[in-house]
Amino acid sequence: MARYLLTRAWQSALTLLLSTIVVFVGVRALPGDPALALAGEDRSPEALEAIRRHYGLDQPLPVQFAQYVERMVQGDFGVSIRTGTPVSSMLTTALPVTVELSVLAILIAAALGVGAGVLAAVRRGRPAEWLANGLALIGLSVPHFWLGLLAILYLSVATGLFPASGFVPILEDPVDNLHHIVLPAVILGTGLAAIIMRQTRSAMLDSLSSDYVRTAKAKGLRPRAVITRHALRNSLIVVVTVVGLQLGGLISGAVVTEQIFGLPGFGKMTIDAVFQRDYPVIQAVVLLTAAAYIVINFFVDLLYSVIDPRIRVTGDPA
Amino acid sequence: MTVLTVPMAETGTASITRRTRVLRRLRRNPLAVASFVVLALAGVIALLSPWLAPYSVDQTDFARTFAPPGTAGHLLGTDDLGRDVLSRIMLGARASLQVGLLAVATSLVIGVPLGLAAGYFRAWDAVISRFTDLLLAFPFLIMAVGLAAIRGASLGNAAVAIGIAQIPGVIRVVRSDTLRLKSLDFVAAAVVDGASDLWVLARHILPNATSVILVQATVAIPAAILGEAVLSFLGLGIQPPAPSLGTMLATAQQFAARAPWAAVLPGVVIMGLALAFNVFGDALRDALDPKGDRR
Repeated sequence: MARYLLTRAWQSALTLLLSTIVVFVGVRALPGDPALALAGEDRSPEALEAIRRHYGLDQPLPVQFAQYVERMVQGDFGVSIRTGTPVSSMLTTALPVTVELSVLAILIAAALGVGAGVLAAVRRGRPAEWLANGLALIGLSVPHFWLGLLAILYLSVATGLFPASGFVPILEDPVDNLHHIVLPAVILGTGLAAIIMRQTRSAMLDSLSSDYVRTAKAKGLRPRAVITRHALRNSLIVVVTVVGLQLGGLISGAVVTEQIFGLPGFGKMTIDAVFQRDYPVIQAVVLLTAAAYIVINFFVDLLYSVIDPRIRVTGDPA
Repeated sequence: MTVLTVPMAETGTASITRRTRVLRRLRRNPLAVASFVVLALAGVIALLSPWLAPYSVDQTDFARTFAPPGTAGHLLGTDDLGRDVLSRIMLGARASLQVGLLAVATSLVIGVPLGLAAGYFRAWDAVISRFTDLLLAFPFLIMAVGLAAIRGASLGNAAVAIGIAQIPGVIRVVRSDTLRLKSLDFVAAAVVDGASDLWVLARHILPNATSVILVQATVAIPAAILGEAVLSFLGLGIQPPAPSLGTMLATAQQFAARAPWAAVLPGVVIMGLALAFNVFGDALRDALDPKGDRR
């Protein structure tokens, strides 16, 4: 167990270092003088000189890289070219929105996906299975931003059941907050639900035909108990696996969903930054996404080894 | 020489009977046939769309903007600039398929050799795994954001961003299939026979790995089509006035109050294309599954 943890920690650290190098090189591949990009409004020669010195742009590349890492660790991502606010303070207002949206979407996806997956496996060959399978295929194929668009058109604008856009912080008014975020979360969750459903269904089919389920049935357990206590156990691993693997898709999806519903999160900040050529913001977004992905997947792997003891022994998540 | 051709001939005949069996299974699956017909039709329309489209995609008609579907001369109506929606959908679908194929080709060209190397050479496995981890850390949208910042937004850059994001998936399936094939007798026989690593990989492992690569490509194309739609919708993909289903939806969102129908059609086409690929991919996976009728 300790060895597995150590290996995974070392691998994650290495990947984190490599992705930092990629972003560092990418920033230098940007068109134009980086000092000019970082300067914002004040582009006098003195200001540019001060920026070159502050960001060490007059130093050799390895020194620059070391200073770069040091600044990032301290949370200094520079200043937005457009607004003049530090990127770090933009992040502290934007991130909670995205985290709330993503967590809610995962919860919805897990509930829908596991439910439909179990139903499809238990009702094998019946209309319920075809319906669940068909919905999952559509969930995989539908552009979710389009679903969001239709939801705004036909649910928000037409009926007024949900607000079409905007956001209320959870601390200000929890009920209104939920009212604003539930529709985007459902839309974001459906794609993930389709993947969880398909994985849950095939895991359930495998375990339903396994010896231990037959034993449980032979013992005279009620079918419900066999399904929930014996067969369903594995679906917890399925959800964790899918969330770990689909984290990238979830982040991409959150960016689009926020854009459609006008949620002032990480995604909206990213897209605005691209169109305004706000390089310090883009850089922070790319680097933080990579770091978040690596760190979360490290914890997903840890969670794995807690849920499934076999992994601790072989050290290889299947 | 004869020693070498015997096992090869055997694998050759085996693959021919296997191919007929797979094709027979596909023909007997109505969903597979239906999705194949849809895809073939979409392919023909996409190829011929510059000639089939009733209007030029740039032809504006400011006297007839937002014509609803069914208007005489404009079967699916017109958009905010009076351009023919049917023509733009046809060429937009063509662009979607182009990006889908280009992205998947990119991921295969880079992913297949890396997957083969990772599965075959133990020493390379760790290095390639770290490369995979690195790629995974940049979701396709973030990759597209970075590329758009460095090189500008375009159809090509969108396809490259999606393709790069799909490399890890290709590496994973090719690597695991290589590991499986490597342990089989005919590969061991070739090695004993003095075949070089490159020969074994090219003549024995790659041909036998084609079925998993095919399935991977069939599920990657719809993902790439959806990715293109997202990027173009956000303005990070195909640039107006070039027609794209994603940008059509972005425009529709702006004018949703005046022309709600415009928000429906391009989405239906994207979903139809992706659904056809996904259904066909599922059917292909079932048909290739040696365990038979396990759905």
